[in-house]
Amino acid sequence: MNFFLEVLIGGLLSGLMYALVALGFVMIYKASGVFNFAQGAMVYLAALSVVGCMEKGAPLWLAIILAFVIMTLFGIATEKFVLRKLVNQPPIALFMATIGLAFFIEGLAPMVFGSEPRALELGIVDEPIPWILDNWNMVISKFDLVAAGVAAVLVATLALFFQYTRVGRALRAVADDHQAALSIGIPLQHIWAIVWGVAGFVALVAGMMWGARNGVQFALTFTALKALPVLILGGFTSVPGAIVGGLIIGASEKLAEIYIPPVMQDMFGGNFGGIEGWFPYVLALLFLLVRPEGLFGEKHIDRV
Amino acid sequence: MSAKTTTAADNYLSINNIEVIYDHVILVLKGVSLTVPKGKIVALLGANGAGKSTTLKAISNLLRAERGDVTKGSVEYKGDRIDQLTPNELVKRGVIQVMEGRHCFGHLTIEENLLTGAYTRSISRGELKDSLEKVYHYFPRLKTRRTSQAGYTSGGEQQMCAIGRALMAKPEMILLDEPSMGLAPQIVEEIFEIVKDLNSRENVSFLLAEQNTMVALRYADFGYILENGRVVMEGDAEDLRTNEDVKEFYLGLSSAGRKSFKDVKHYRRRKRWLS
Repeated sequence: MNFFLEVLIGGLLSGLMYALVALGFVMIYKASGVFNFAQGAMVYLAALSVVGCMEKGAPLWLAIILAFVIMTLFGIATEKFVLRKLVNQPPIALFMATIGLAFFIEGLAPMVFGSEPRALELGIVDEPIPWILDNWNMVISKFDLVAAGVAAVLVATLALFFQYTRVGRALRAVADDHQAALSIGIPLQHIWAIVWGVAGFVALVAGMMWGARNGVQFALTFTALKALPVLILGGFTSVPGAIVGGLIIGASEKLAEIYIPPVMQDMFGGNFGGIEGWFPYVLALLFLLVRPEGLFGEKHIDRV
Repeated sequence: MSAKTTTAADNYLSINNIEVIYDHVILVLKGVSLTVPKGKIVALLGANGAGKSTTLKAISNLLRAERGDVTKGSVEYKGDRIDQLTPNELVKRGVIQVMEGRHCFGHLTIEENLLTGAYTRSISRGELKDSLEKVYHYFPRLKTRRTSQAGYTSGGEQQMCAIGRALMAKPEMILLDEPSMGLAPQIVEEIFEIVKDLNSRENVSFLLAEQNTMVALRYADFGYILENGRVVMEGDAEDLRTNEDVKEFYLGLSSAGRKSFKDVKHYRRRKRWLS
């Protein structure tokens, strides 16, 4: 039982790490109805910026601020040079633009900051918390716990921001209907710049957490792929959905990894390792069949 | 031509001979001029594709997002050229468009829809609440549906929501595009009554594009009739309503009884400045 709980909690906590990445997608999807293919690249860029600035001699706090500035500038530039030209184009055009953007970042960022994998030291150790180990005999990583806390704070802030602030409401309005938003005087440029700025900030948080855990390297861009099943489960438009989706994916993939292979081996023989790698996608696929808008996603409203 | 003799200051909004081209090739407006005096309701009438919506969008500058361009002429509001302003700047100056087809934010509640309307005003929470109450005063139906998602409300409620949302910006001039579209006659009357009310009590001027000529002329002060991108007739609403040609072409009424389609001609009176 202890072991089961340990796997479950470990899974839930790592799920929150996925949720961190998924949040970035949700931000942009909510405000512009676009699936931002470049989110993974942005996570990479953010993590690289932090490491890059630290290598140039900046202390951690300054590096984070500088990286935040870089991500904000990046967001504003994206709005000015990419999105502004594409107002009122079909979503697929915007989607294609984000693919281009992803390749652009993946090429540019290593040129500026170097491409070799590096460690990012945040000062939080990735080791079991002794107190829990002693009392319950469970291995729960301190790092995971901190990451979970960060994710929780971020989500609460974003959810409140979307629901109750003037700009948050405008963001949702723009997502629903660009033109109507324009007609009542909401400046799309500002809104998009804000959204990409916030998405950049979310990418920064995700990039630091993932970078600290796995090292800052090109593989960070693939975290985006892990966020995909999370989004499908939670719904593309829901901030809390990203979290719940992350928890489910994280917990289920870890549990599947531990408990499914022995059963399969009994039935078919052979080796069934690596389930963790594809289990989330199967789950997402099943979910698409049953509830395509996700657990918390907005239903498409059609008037008949 | 009574509108032309008034001074520029009385004419809140004046459009002078504008030409609009979509996609660099399609000429939609071929020299439209019209004026909206302060505190009046002006109806812009005509059939499908006559250029009513395009005229409104040329004023509100929503054209650019649709690949349309004003290539000739000028648009003035209170004596200032406004053709180069963004919709955001226009709303701040008090000119706002309520788009055809309502365009409420479907996933936002009615109240959130209304609140977004105040985006351009930097006002306190109290003032915001007052504005909201005012809109609810004119549209009591909206108050009862305030927590419903707009996408799930009826067509009439959505139209009210769209007008109410525009009111939240505290406009002096509303460009109202086809408010009667797809609504039951009683709802249309209800909405026009509110428009008239807003006009007389809040002193909001309206430029109203409508296909429903009969209703529009009952509530408007002046009317312009567009055909194929040109103004073919203009005058006091009262005169237009009793005009034989208007009756025949747009109201489907005729003193000579029913006519066969063979005898129906487009109205092609030449504008004076063309001859």
